Amino acid sequence: MPPKPLSFVLPRLALIGAVLAAVAGLFAWAGGWLTPARVSGGSVANAIEANTGKIFPGTRRAHAKGLCVSGSFASNGAGSTLSSAPLFATGTYPVTGRFSLAGPNPGAPDGRNVFHALGLRFTLPGGVEWRMALDHTSTFIVSNPTDFQALMVASTPVPGTGKPDPARMAAFLAAHPETARFMAMMKANPLPSSFSNGTYYSIDAFRFTSAAGATQAVRWQFEPEDTFAALDKSKLDQMPNDALFDEYLARTRKGPVRWHLMIVPANPGDRTDNGTIAWDASHRKIDVGTLTLDSALPETQGKCRDLVFDPLILPPGVAASDDPLLAGRSAVYSASFRRRAKEGPRADPLSIHEGAAQ
Amino acid sequence: MSAIDPIRFAFPARVLHWLMAVLIVAMLFIGVGMISTASPTYPLLLSWHRPLGIAIVVLALVRLIVRLTHRAPPLPADLPMIQVLAAKGSHYLLYAAMIAMPLLGWAMLSAAGSPVQMWPGFVLPPILPHSALIFGWLRWAHGVIGYLFFALILAHLGAALFHGLVRRDGVLGSMASFKAR
Repeated sequence: MPPKPLSFVLPRLALIGAVLAAVAGLFAWAGGWLTPARVSGGSVANAIEANTGKIFPGTRRAHAKGLCVSGSFASNGAGSTLSSAPLFATGTYPVTGRFSLAGPNPGAPDGRNVFHALGLRFTLPGGVEWRMALDHTSTFIVSNPTDFQALMVASTPVPGTGKPDPARMAAFLAAHPETARFMAMMKANPLPSSFSNGTYYSIDAFRFTSAAGATQAVRWQFEPEDTFAALDKSKLDQMPNDALFDEYLARTRKGPVRWHLMIVPANPGDRTDNGTIAWDASHRKIDVGTLTLDSALPETQGKCRDLVFDPLILPPGVAASDDPLLAGRSAVYSASFRRRAKEGPRADPLSIHEGAAQ
Repeated sequence: MSAIDPIRFAFPARVLHWLMAVLIVAMLFIGVGMISTASPTYPLLLSWHRPLGIAIVVLALVRLIVRLTHRAPPLPADLPMIQVLAAKGSHYLLYAAMIAMPLLGWAMLSAAGSPVQMWPGFVLPPILPHSALIFGWLRWAHGVIGYLFFALILAHLGAALFHGLVRRDGVLGSMASFKAR
């Protein structure tokens, strides 16, 4: 029996076309092509690259200048009442880390009033890891990735002066008093004289869950055993180019450098969703163990360069808080990592002395 | 149903097809969506993306066995040669993509030196040594193949609807019909 001749062929084809267009349109919406203002890890990385005015191939888009360190963390067991994280079970766990200075230039001078930072990777049983990205300030310059991107745009040097457009920057600061507050704090506060005597803060709040199921918002900080001393801020521009990194290499040769991991539980009423707001000094601090860094190597020889210190690589018992900066940092560090990884390792080694500690 | 009562794909093949259709389309939307944002949606979607990918490759391997052990219904005898080639070629590519994409994801995270976390506390072992350069290119391939996979699925959907609405030759029903006989 011959099949009945088909009617409405064109409308049927149009219907098929409409279905395909609808699915493709939804996909485009999900991917953000219909909303060019959507802030992604890639768009923030673009803003950083535009602000820098150039790309340093194979390097992190921010915190480009760094030094690899390694050692161990000895847990005293006190953290296990707060979190079931395997790191808090009494014992010793290997650590890989990276000291860095803020900025996109891997050869920039050390004498700058910028973040001193520490990335850490704790290797735990079963392939589980805990990564941290810590700064020497307890707060951050903006509270979310959208503001960070806007800050990068507002502070991009303009042709002619080579400086940011003052009107644009003033408008950003007027709209963001938290950023103005942070900049004033950076200007007023002392800078540690060494990577070894700085305190390194989690910036963001996290959520701990104990083995019993109790949850608790926390921040944390690594407090040094070395005595704090400050750089003379009036003489920053007279410091040798790699003064801080070379000093740390020399410090490591004298013996291991130690910090205490202090967990800071939130008090009632503390904001957990805003990395620009410090928690006051009334907080309880719990010493949960000692970080010992006994080796330092330039990035070309160490094991930190090709890692991403993504603060959302967390063990069980630790989760992100409602701080939007955390997702932003995770997304932007990942975008930076996929770009620099494909560019291949940096060709030009740093000027940091290659005579590494043992 | 068309006048022709088609030979259908085996029951497990049909179940696997539709289950995986949902998972793979969801996966492609999750993938493209998560990298489009730096909001808390990013880590949320990423936490679904990895276990879903592993579920897809496991199902794809089961499906490959089902496909190799059950006869697929023949294509209509009057189908032009070019469409026969397109049908066969695209199905090889679909199988290749649904097996390769999760393995690429697993391999690229291994090369990145990052834990391949399924859920908190459960991490798959690395399947490649740590190498940032290899990560960079695998990550690039994961993205490019993802877009090609989506294009292939669109073509597959268009062809299925063409068979069902225009040719009405029973090909759509061979996969889409679950009616008892």
